[in-house]
Amino acid sequence: MTTTSASEGNPTTLLAADRVGRKFKDFTAVDDVTLRVGPGEVVGLLGANGAGKTTLIRMLLGLLATTVGEVELLGGPPDRQLRRRLGYVPQGLGLYRDLTVAENLAFSAQAYETAVPELPESLRPVADRLIADLPLGLQRQLAFLSALAHSPEVLVLDEPTSGVDALARAALWDTIHEQAEAGVGVLVTTHNMAEAEQCDRLLLMSHARLVAQGSQTDIIGSTTAIAIRTNDWARAFAVLNQAGQPVMLSGRDVRVADADADQVRAVLADAGMSAEVFGVPATIEERMMVLARGPKAP
Amino acid sequence: MTYAVRCASVRFGDTLALDNVSLQVEPGAVLAVVGGDGAGKTTLLRALVGQAQLATGEVDAPPAEAIGYMPATAGSWSSLSVAQNMDFVGGIYGLSGNALTSRRDELLDRASLGSSIDQLASALSGGMRRKLGFSLAMLHDPPLLVLDEPSTGIDPVSRIDLWRMVSEAAAAGAAVVMSTTYLDEAERAAHLLVLDGGRTLASGTLADVLDSFDGAISTTARPRRRAWAWRRGREYHEYWPTTAGVPIDAAAVTPDLEDVVVTLSMLKRHESELAS
Repeated sequence: MTTTSASEGNPTTLLAADRVGRKFKDFTAVDDVTLRVGPGEVVGLLGANGAGKTTLIRMLLGLLATTVGEVELLGGPPDRQLRRRLGYVPQGLGLYRDLTVAENLAFSAQAYETAVPELPESLRPVADRLIADLPLGLQRQLAFLSALAHSPEVLVLDEPTSGVDALARAALWDTIHEQAEAGVGVLVTTHNMAEAEQCDRLLLMSHARLVAQGSQTDIIGSTTAIAIRTNDWARAFAVLNQAGQPVMLSGRDVRVADADADQVRAVLADAGMSAEVFGVPATIEERMMVLARGPKAP
Repeated sequence: MTYAVRCASVRFGDTLALDNVSLQVEPGAVLAVVGGDGAGKTTLLRALVGQAQLATGEVDAPPAEAIGYMPATAGSWSSLSVAQNMDFVGGIYGLSGNALTSRRDELLDRASLGSSIDQLASALSGGMRRKLGFSLAMLHDPPLLVLDEPSTGIDPVSRIDLWRMVSEAAAAGAAVVMSTTYLDEAERAAHLLVLDGGRTLASGTLADVLDSFDGAISTTARPRRRAWAWRRGREYHEYWPTTAGVPIDAAAVTPDLEDVVVTLSMLKRHESELAS
């Protein structure tokens, strides 16, 4: 018998999609995506708005049917029973704003039929405060604590650190790595490209498809940027902007993603400007911008 | 003309929301005010635009009509279309007729909103909504542009678009102050001011902030003092007060902005724990 499953019978795959697609009428939200998350892995899912990340996650959680392809959560099609072994922190955190910290935890523990977790030191002083009155960093910590109380085997985190300060972000990533080291598989979306380095592996979606995966270097691929150093950045910026180059400021340099150095030199020379023009590696954002823009006109 | 807030403190009841904070920005430059939720970013920006009452300190800013201010929430009217939003704000600044239409079209074109002109603001994506807010703040071509978290929560491609629009405004001579929670964005600005709990953690150019860092950072798989270490992927970075203090088997790294901000936040928290 030749049945294939999304995890290809691999018992160490926690979360899998096999050539998954989803259409909404004529609109293709997700097209031919294959991915796996194994135990102890931290996998980052990147992409612009509308790239298909949220639709993909909803299918992985079993909240939305696939149009084609299969998804597997902990070895089977995601259902209520399997979802109980998953921890999910949505972007909106899923906390009850008019309940206190302690009430939120008790409520969620009851839903998962698990013991109420002990509050960490940081949350103890605010146990009786309403969620609506808490700083965002503490709300995020509580959402984590709540999602981890039933010892899930897979964690799906949507923008887990958005809006918090550097120290709170560091504390949240400590928790994520601790979970991974205990064998939990983690799929995390982020808009903060500096966080890409926190992941073992990255997946980049653009226009419904998975377009690159691997390390940061793999994701950036052959995309480069041109840096321009002059004593008059504003003028260099204006001149290149006028010439239709996707230019931006970087400190006191000007950068153009995916541009041709000679063309940039020519534009500056025409304007009578002398400048140092050199190639630099693109950033992940620049790579995403190039992808979102689509193929360059000849 | 330099715009500035000098030694400002702001109180809300018993809370000191801003504690002796200064900022300064020149025409043609971008200053990024960095910090998390509750750092005091919004209060500082509101102080600059004259919307927060100072307990102490002073502000040098142009009159309200010469400031473009984009608040952290909304910045546009959800029940109006993109064009109606622009016309409404244009009217407030006394723009009308061809002058308004040409300025409006130019800004919407730069924001890639030209094809969404008849859409309701409520129907725009988060990124488009912020770009509309930015265009509204820019409509009267103000010499001082104050943007409160234009990029929080929006996707990286829209963020690049916004950054390009901010760069464009600065290149055309505006003084720009923007708050952000993203350190990589702060690195791209000419000047940065890092706030934490209403106080200044660091300020200056990126080079100033990195150079003034006192101490050393090591990278290690097993930190010696967990309380002074944080994750950078599978490894940890750990803070040491002196270079000589770094253990012989740990590799020292050149601190980046993330290392510096995390360390300064830890030191500040440690200090306030000792004080209480």
